Amino acid sequence: MYAQMIDTGLTKVADTADMSDDERAFQARIDDDVRIEPKDWMPEAYRRTLIRQIQQHAHSEVVGMLPEGNWITRAPSLARKAILMAKVQDEAGHGLYLYCAAETLGVSREQMIEDLHAGKVKYSSIFNYPTLTWADIGAVGWLVDGAAIMNQIPLCRCSFGPYARAMIRICKEESFHQRQGFDVMMSLCRGTPEQKAMAQDALDRWWWPSLMMFGPPDAASVHSAHSAKWKIKRLSNDELRQRFVDQTVPQSDYLGLRIPDDDLAWNEDRGHYDFGAIDWSEFHEVLKGHGPCNRDRMRTRVNAWEDGAWVREAAVAHAQKRDARAKAAA
Amino acid sequence: MKLQLFDYLLRLADNDLVLAQRLGEWVGKGPVLEEDIASTNVGLDLLGQARLWLAYAGEVEARADAVGRSEDQLAFFRTDREFRNLLLVEQPNGHYGDTITRQYLFDQWHVLLLAELATSRDSRIAAIAAKALKEVRYHVERSSQWVIRLGDGTDVSHARMQAAVDALWMYTGEMFSVDETERALIDAGIAADNAALAAPWRAAVQSVFAEATLDVPADPWMQGARGRGGKQGVHTEHLSRMLAEMQALPRMYPEARW
Ligand SMILES: [Fe+2]
Ligand SMILES: [Fe+2]
Repeated sequence: MYAQMIDTGLTKVADTADMSDDERAFQARIDDDVRIEPKDWMPEAYRRTLIRQIQQHAHSEVVGMLPEGNWITRAPSLARKAILMAKVQDEAGHGLYLYCAAETLGVSREQMIEDLHAGKVKYSSIFNYPTLTWADIGAVGWLVDGAAIMNQIPLCRCSFGPYARAMIRICKEESFHQRQGFDVMMSLCRGTPEQKAMAQDALDRWWWPSLMMFGPPDAASVHSAHSAKWKIKRLSNDELRQRFVDQTVPQSDYLGLRIPDDDLAWNEDRGHYDFGAIDWSEFHEVLKGHGPCNRDRMRTRVNAWEDGAWVREAAVAHAQKRDARAKAAA
Repeated sequence: MKLQLFDYLLRLADNDLVLAQRLGEWVGKGPVLEEDIASTNVGLDLLGQARLWLAYAGEVEARADAVGRSEDQLAFFRTDREFRNLLLVEQPNGHYGDTITRQYLFDQWHVLLLAELATSRDSRIAAIAAKALKEVRYHVERSSQWVIRLGDGTDVSHARMQAAVDALWMYTGEMFSVDETERALIDAGIAADNAALAAPWRAAVQSVFAEATLDVPADPWMQGARGRGGKQGVHTEHLSRMLAEMQALPRMYPEARW
């Protein structure tokens, strides 16, 4: 998803007996589904975990603007150009809500951005894949926004109030994005043979990375138990992945496209689609920085930030001058 | 008159389309997230306005010619020599100060132009202009505030802004020139008289620049102002390159619908 492999900094889930009074009271509120607000007492590990998760999510929204922004200047119709610009602008808005939610936990936006640029905090690996053709804009909306929604709808009930509220706003917009992406795919699939081939090629390249967005299999997820207990994460990686596959296969059939997985088949007994093994070595390599676009994405973000430094400094300097003049006049 | 009107509508459309395309290049790379959002808003407004002008241009063309082109045919299948935008708006983005300066010089003219066009005898022009005017009032508010902030910010920002103003100033003359196409439409009460916009534009720019501590340059030889500029399809080197990128896909697959 947009926040993958969140390190809680803990190695095992504590028993109630080992908890302090504060911790027990905190856990009781969580168990009763009472939202935690920024001013409430919370365990340090809960705070740290949330800061990491929310900021990964925020960075993902912002870095995610780049692969799609890549086609704004080349969108093939004015209507599509307007939709794409508005979509990428929405992602900037998502980044902003999330930075604000993280700031309520006592970390500044500048600090978070510096941590991203220093490689201390990650963003979703999906954005390290390139958008090679216009059909990728369709596939990203359909699959990547689709997977993001799947992950994020449960987060609307996350125990931390500001994060849950940000997610409610974000999810509404993401579902538009997904429909718009599907609509791009649809127009390609109903178009010329070249357009249809473009759509199939995009699905071939985006399918597996989309499944990886849900994170490693549950058996290999060390930190999920805490996140579940704290109701930061409410469904497991594998549950979410299965839901995504079940939802997406009929859509792909409707488009007349073929999902690039020979093992994909409906399993009557389970009531779910079975699907093939995911190549986790690719996931881990991309996570380590070896994806096709890791360097480009970071370079673009760092350059944008550094090139904008004089603008931000000037804005601050001007505001100070204005204040000083107002004081002198008063 | 119909072909002159068509040509005039393309001028209005192309200014918006070309500047929106330039702003689209910034998306995801702004100096701060809030600005990324605000600047994309302006781009989206301009793109929307371009589409309204192009749709009307296509209808006018159909009346004259029986074959009117769609907004996409007009946007993606005209060459740079057929584009009618001002030279100012096709200038490359440069740094953020260059972009803001280009934006402000244009916005300040655009808002005056649209206010005039809102009273055009052509009711369709009047309606589109009235709608666009609401948006552009906000654009000029924003860009003038940024000119002031960056002009009267740090020494570095001041120097960059003055250099941006000095470099772009020679493209401002074209906004106030009137050629035969416009003359005929002005006399018919359809187009705005650009020449009459010069004085209020200059007064507004002087007041913003004064607050920004920026000098108004001495008028140099103005590019494109004597009937041979962007409005007549004679552009700077930048436009054909920009269009090559913008138009690539529809031209590669002319049969396709997107
Ligand atoms: Fe988003
Ligand atoms: Fe999205």
